[in-house]
Amino acid sequence: MKALQIVQSAYRCNSEEQDDPVIWFALVLKGANADVDIVLRENAVNYAISDQNAPPLSFGQWQQTQPPRIDRDLQQAIDKGLNVYVVNEDVRDRGISKVEMLDGIKSISRQDLASLFDNYDLIWHW
Amino acid sequence: MKKYFLIESRNPWDSQQVDRNYQIAADLAKAGNEVTLFMVENAVLATRSSAKTNGLTNLKQVKLLADDFSLKERGIMPSEIFAGIEVASINAVVDAMANKQKMIWL
Amino acid sequence: MSNKTLSFLMMDGPFEQARTTTSFRIIAAAIARGYNVNVFAYEGAVSLSFAKQTPHANSIHGHSSEEENHPLTKDWIAALMKEAEAKGGKLDWINCGLCVDERGVTEAIAGCRRGAPKDFWQWATESDATLVIGTK
Repeated sequence: MKALQIVQSAYRCNSEEQDDPVIWFALVLKGANADVDIVLRENAVNYAISDQNAPPLSFGQWQQTQPPRIDRDLQQAIDKGLNVYVVNEDVRDRGISKVEMLDGIKSISRQDLASLFDNYDLIWHW
Repeated sequence: MKKYFLIESRNPWDSQQVDRNYQIAADLAKAGNEVTLFMVENAVLATRSSAKTNGLTNLKQVKLLADDFSLKERGIMPSEIFAGIEVASINAVVDAMANKQKMIWL
Repeated sequence: MSNKTLSFLMMDGPFEQARTTTSFRIIAAAIARGYNVNVFAYEGAVSLSFAKQTPHANSIHGHSSEEENHPLTKDWIAALMKEAEAKGGKLDWINCGLCVDERGVTEAIAGCRRGAPKDFWQWATESDATLVIGTK
């Protein structure tokens, strides 16, 4: 059984969670030997760029020591064998250049999403 | 041919993304799949035939359903909605799942 | 007992989004048919079953707490579990344990248990269909 995780919601609770809960979920599933891949669409395409550098939060004496590193988590996903796609048009619309992307990120057009879906038993849109 | 059951709970005034979600429905249908788009919550605000949006009218190959509860909650009468959109109960979602359709909440 | 099993992942916390109401309507419709239903509560959705939810009066409506009969999601879950049993099915509810801990909602109503994403994957492999209802 194969599941495609489509991430569209981005930078929603990352500083609190210190990750993106969907990317984290996909990595946990992979660790449990699930066959999962990821599509980043809409604002979530920005997750695919390298050198994201969320500043650590600081409230009074409280200091964050582990701010989110979405690029690191996504690179981990790629290194573990997950296919990670970005939707071309969403990348282009946001003025993101290909050179900013993590190594191993794959591109797909909006139009080709339909045929990509065919390859999966489950499509979870987050 | 695969069967896709898409659920949309937002409308084009909430987010431009919704028009792109409609396009996913259209592309799936164009690829030869049987596609249903179930509109629930504020998605039904786009179903009035007098609404200034035409995204739904372009989905000729997609079966369009509007949730009866959401329509009633917003005071939208079945006579007000686009021809081609059927009023449906929440059972439509359960039917699709029981029939093993591919489910996507857009 | 029905041989149909439907699995859901819910992500929104109570009293925030219409998706919560819609999710429960879908679950109730499945249970009415005697289907087995699995729910994995992720992130804010772990508060749906929090046992300390308390109803309140509504002074704008001029109602006491009893008159207002304010909906509580923990009561919806309990009622649906009972209904599922009466219909010959089962509502199985797992809260993401880490999500529970970080929110401090450790006291869930009876019938709801702790688990992890792998439980949802297991359900997904065994179900007729799976629907993820994410926070937008």
